[in-house]
Amino acid sequence: MPKQIITCTINGQSQRLDAHPMSRLLDVLREHGLTGTKEGCGEGECGACSIFFNGRVVNSCLVPALQAEGATMTTIEGIANGEQLHAVQEAFLKYGGAQCGICTPGMIMAAVALLKEKPNPTEADIREGLAGNLCRCTGYMKIFESVMRVFKGKGTDLEETCPHK
Amino acid sequence: MITPKNLDEALTLLADRAAGWKPCAGGTDLMVLFEAGKLNHTKFVNIAALTELHGIEERSDAIEIKALTTYTDILKHATIQREFPSLVTAAALTGAVAIQNRGTIGGNIVNASPAADSPPALLAYDAQVELISVKGVRRLAYADFHKGYKQMDLQPGELLKSVLLPRTHAELHHYYRKVGTRRAQAISKVCFCGVVEREDRIKNIRIALGSVAPIPLRARRTETFLIGKQLSSKIIDEAKKIIDQEISPIDDIRSTAKYRRRVTQNLLEEFLCGTGSTN
Repeated sequence: MPKQIITCTINGQSQRLDAHPMSRLLDVLREHGLTGTKEGCGEGECGACSIFFNGRVVNSCLVPALQAEGATMTTIEGIANGEQLHAVQEAFLKYGGAQCGICTPGMIMAAVALLKEKPNPTEADIREGLAGNLCRCTGYMKIFESVMRVFKGKGTDLEETCPHK
Repeated sequence: MITPKNLDEALTLLADRAAGWKPCAGGTDLMVLFEAGKLNHTKFVNIAALTELHGIEERSDAIEIKALTTYTDILKHATIQREFPSLVTAAALTGAVAIQNRGTIGGNIVNASPAADSPPALLAYDAQVELISVKGVRRLAYADFHKGYKQMDLQPGELLKSVLLPRTHAELHHYYRKVGTRRAQAISKVCFCGVVEREDRIKNIRIALGSVAPIPLRARRTETFLIGKQLSSKIIDEAKKIIDQEISPIDDIRSTAKYRRRVTQNLLEEFLCGTGSTN
C-alpha cells in the first residue's frame, strides 16, 4: 500500500506525516525526528516507546500509523515546558532515575500518566503505574524513588519517606 | 489499512470475502504478529474509531459492553466494579496501563487465546455475545462461542458487536485469580474465575478457567456436581477430582500440565472455601 498523509497534532503542533498506513507509529515518529521515543521489545512488553495518544499513555510500537489520523499526541520531547523541565524529569535527574537512558522516556511518560491520574499515589500505585516499563540498569529502586520524590517533595529525607531505602 | 466512515461501510468491506479485509481495533495483539511477519493477510479495516462499537450501556437486565471498550474503560466503570468485580480484576491484570489503554474486550475475545484474562470472567458471569454482519445481528451464549483452539462461531464478515452481562440481585461470592510467573505483565499459567450463590447449600455456581484447555473453559461437570451440595472436605475433594477430568492442560513454554492440574485444584478449593480474595 502506498504512503499517505496523516494529519495529527504532536506536542501541540499540527503535523502532516507521510507514512504507510500499517507502519508502526514508533517508526513514523522517529523518522519525523522525534527520536526521544525509544524502541525496546517492539511487542508492547517494555514500555520504552510510550507516548500520550489522545490523552492516554500507549505503546507506540503497537499503533498502526493510520490510527494516528486526527490524533493528539505528546512525546517525551513535549513533556518539558520549553526550558522548564517537568517535575518528573527534574526528579529523575536529581535522584538518579536515569542510567543508560533507553527506558527513561517511557518511564517518564508512565510516571506523568500516573501522577495525572493519582496526584498522591500509594507505593502500590507507583509500582502498578510503572509495571509496564522495563529497565535493565537501575534495579528500579532509583526510578521508584524518583517518582516518590515528585509528590513527597524535594526537601524531605528519603529515609523517612521510603522504607526501601 | 483503510478507515471506513461508519459501521455499515466496515461491514460491507468485510463481507467481500474475495477482497480479504480483516478488522483491526487496538492492535495490541495484531501489530505484534504483523511486525513478526506471522500474518498472511495485509489488508486491514481500521475499526478503532467506529462510534457504533464504543461504550458501555446499562439496562435493567444486562450491562452491554460494546466491542471496542478498552480495559481502562472497564476498570473505571462504577457499575461493573460493583456487580462484576472479577471482570475488573481481569482487566487490571491484563498487560500494564499502556496495553489496558488500547486493548479492547472484543479483541481479547476474538484473538481467541486460551490464556486470555477476560474470558474466564465473562464465562463465569454467563455472558452473551452479539455478532454483526451485513446480514444482521445474532446473539449467542459466550460459552458456545469458542469451538476449539482459535476456532470460533464467527462467520467470515462478522464482527463482534458487544458482550452482554446479565445482572442479578443474588448475593454472590466472586473469585478471580490469575497464576503467572510474576504479578505484573505475565501471561497466565492458570486463570480461575468462580461465582457462587450460597445459602445453606450451593444454590448456583459457575466456574471458568483459562490456560488449561484449547479454549477458555466452563467447568460444567464440576458445577453440576456442586449445585445443591453442602460443602465439606469430602465434597471439595470430589469436586477437585471432577475438575481435574474436565481440563486438558499441556506442557508449554510457560508451565507444565502437572503444575496446571495441581494449581487448578488448589484454586477450586480456595474458591469454595471462600478464603481467597479476588487477586
